[in-house]
Amino acid sequence: MKIRATQAIMECLLEQEVDTVFGYPGGTILNVYDELYRYQDKIRHVLTAHEQGAAHAADGYARATGKVGVCFATSGPGATNLTTGIATAHLDSSPVVFITCNVGESLLGKDAFQEVDSTGIAMPITKAAFLVRDAQQIPDVMRQAFAVAATGRPGPVLIDFLKNVTALDQMIDYTFIPWRENRKCGSLQPLGDSHLPKKPEPDQEDVEKLLEMIAQAERPLLICGGGVVRGRAHREFREFAEKLDAPVAITLMGGGGFPGGHPLTTGMIGMHGSRASNVACDECDLLIAVGCRFSDRVALDPATFASQSKIVQIDIDRAEIDKNVPTDHHIIGSARRVLTLLNQGMPQYHHEAWKERILPLRQPSAAEESDHLTPQQVLEVIRRRAPKDAIVATDVGQHQMWAIKYLHFDYPGQLLTSGGFGTMGFGLGAAIGAQMGNPDKRVLHITGDGCFRMNCHELCTVEHYHLPIISIVFNNGTLGMVRQWQSLIYNHHYSETTLDRGPDFVKLAEAYGLRGFRVRTREEMERTLDEALASGTGAVIDCMLDIDEMVRPMVAAGSPITDFLLD
Amino acid sequence: MKQTISVLVENQAGVLNRITSLFSRRAFNIHSLAVGVTDDPSVSRITIIVESGNSVMEQVEKQLNKLVEVIKVRTLEENSYIGRELMILKVSANSRTRPNIMTLCQICGAKVSDISPTSMTMELSDTPDRLDSFQEMMRTFNILEVVRTGVIALQKGGGKI
Repeated sequence: MKIRATQAIMECLLEQEVDTVFGYPGGTILNVYDELYRYQDKIRHVLTAHEQGAAHAADGYARATGKVGVCFATSGPGATNLTTGIATAHLDSSPVVFITCNVGESLLGKDAFQEVDSTGIAMPITKAAFLVRDAQQIPDVMRQAFAVAATGRPGPVLIDFLKNVTALDQMIDYTFIPWRENRKCGSLQPLGDSHLPKKPEPDQEDVEKLLEMIAQAERPLLICGGGVVRGRAHREFREFAEKLDAPVAITLMGGGGFPGGHPLTTGMIGMHGSRASNVACDECDLLIAVGCRFSDRVALDPATFASQSKIVQIDIDRAEIDKNVPTDHHIIGSARRVLTLLNQGMPQYHHEAWKERILPLRQPSAAEESDHLTPQQVLEVIRRRAPKDAIVATDVGQHQMWAIKYLHFDYPGQLLTSGGFGTMGFGLGAAIGAQMGNPDKRVLHITGDGCFRMNCHELCTVEHYHLPIISIVFNNGTLGMVRQWQSLIYNHHYSETTLDRGPDFVKLAEAYGLRGFRVRTREEMERTLDEALASGTGAVIDCMLDIDEMVRPMVAAGSPITDFLLD
Repeated sequence: MKQTISVLVENQAGVLNRITSLFSRRAFNIHSLAVGVTDDPSVSRITIIVESGNSVMEQVEKQLNKLVEVIKVRTLEENSYIGRELMILKVSANSRTRPNIMTLCQICGAKVSDISPTSMTMELSDTPDRLDSFQEMMRTFNILEVVRTGVIALQKGGGKI
């Protein structure tokens, strides 16, 4: 069947069961948007205020739903505005297909208006970047892009179409092939082994070796990493943890992979890890990390990390094995498959003595009474009053660490946070994407005043699409995490971190047509959150906090994991 | 330690860039790199020589394997492959020095490809070590220009990567 090239782009999106795309139009992508106009009853487009917001929204949509996110942007500044969003998705292994257009073939490389080498820029921050110069390639490239984004270790992919390829008189041969079928078809043949849709089957000998190691271990520790969340292996992980009867430390990206309130949970591990997690890491004799790459925020000092322990890494990406921390054993495979095999071969263990050593190190977490509002009080109010299954999108910094510490996440996709790239301004876009993908769930955006200021223009998207997202701003008038380092390590030189400036976030919310609140006490927070939740519209709650609140505990970068700088 | 890596890739624009960026990202220098199409016009073979430790190379090899455009990667073990490089070298020459240069060319197996009243240009294909020693011998005659292709390599025996 002959159809327009742009029509093939839309049909290929439908093949992949895409019903929502995020984006921002412009000159070179006009043809694609013209086609989108004809497909508007099948594909919903969410127009953001800025391409970066669209990129984070597509990423948040992917993280919250487990589906592939899709984001459109034009050439030049449209494409470069995406880059922070692409890198954010890349570092956190989030499957997003970014579609940009570039100038026509005749102008390519001539510094034409809004021309930039988009695929060149995207190369180090994508799993693959395709430049499409021939319209006939569209179906193959689209199918490959989705397969690469979604399979193996997920990640972002960029497709850059030259404008002439999308010309409305370009006709190409096309047959509709649903994605389950097209992943088997010939067009995906050129993909290397690592990208074949079939997941690698874990080596049975590797699994048995780990079962033996487990049988000999007296002090096992489990780390729940981002791979458990991306692989939606939470049920298998929970069964494994309960059978192993071992403490479970959770990384930032692993939030939601294991219930935050489970009796075996010791909380986060690493720089701002709990005492229980970090001490367990130091004293265990078998460390099993699932879908965790031992980043420098977890394995702060690789030489002393779990030095008494055998380290076992379970990961879908072979390139992660031994990258940051040398391991004693590894299993390659998807978290879900490996854990299923382990669960089949494993008896019920009991490690009472070890649990008695570690679990009491968890601190009681009731917020202290105080004459002013504290971060812990804000989060306690949220934990008690917001729905238990509310999705939480955070930005980056102190509020992010507090949110992880004081809130519980119980399913994959409940916590959306930029762990790897640490992108300030990620949260609001991600919340928009998550809300679009989960219209029935409550989405909370937890942010700081510095982060919120970066991308708060997306409040217009919240208002326009009537999204009941509540932005809770931890407003301490400073770039808190940087100030914390300045206080502890840089002799209180508060170099350019004091944010004593506007706007008034309450008025800002109102200017965008949303509800704005300011709270200074716990009681005000309780009342306000109830009101905001009940109103069903978007809102901003500006929580006034002390400038010198700190995230505790803290271990300095590069130090042994139990050398707490702050308790 | 010098390592020789042979990579089969899809013959497409941008692939070389993607591969070399994996090395530049880790801030280590590529000693030599040679690319050419294989018997299958859709596939190119890249031979890369880098100076690095084993653990770093293992990382790079794994990262290379992740690239969509990469078909196969193999680090070639020393003595298990045939590695050759082509050098073209131009020296000053006159009637007095020419016979000496010719003698050295014969000893090393170099071919004279161009001659002028004031210069001679030789080509030699051999292992990098032997090219080095030929180049060293030619230094006495004032080398005007040198170009080397970088090593290309294939495994010995009937196996292929």
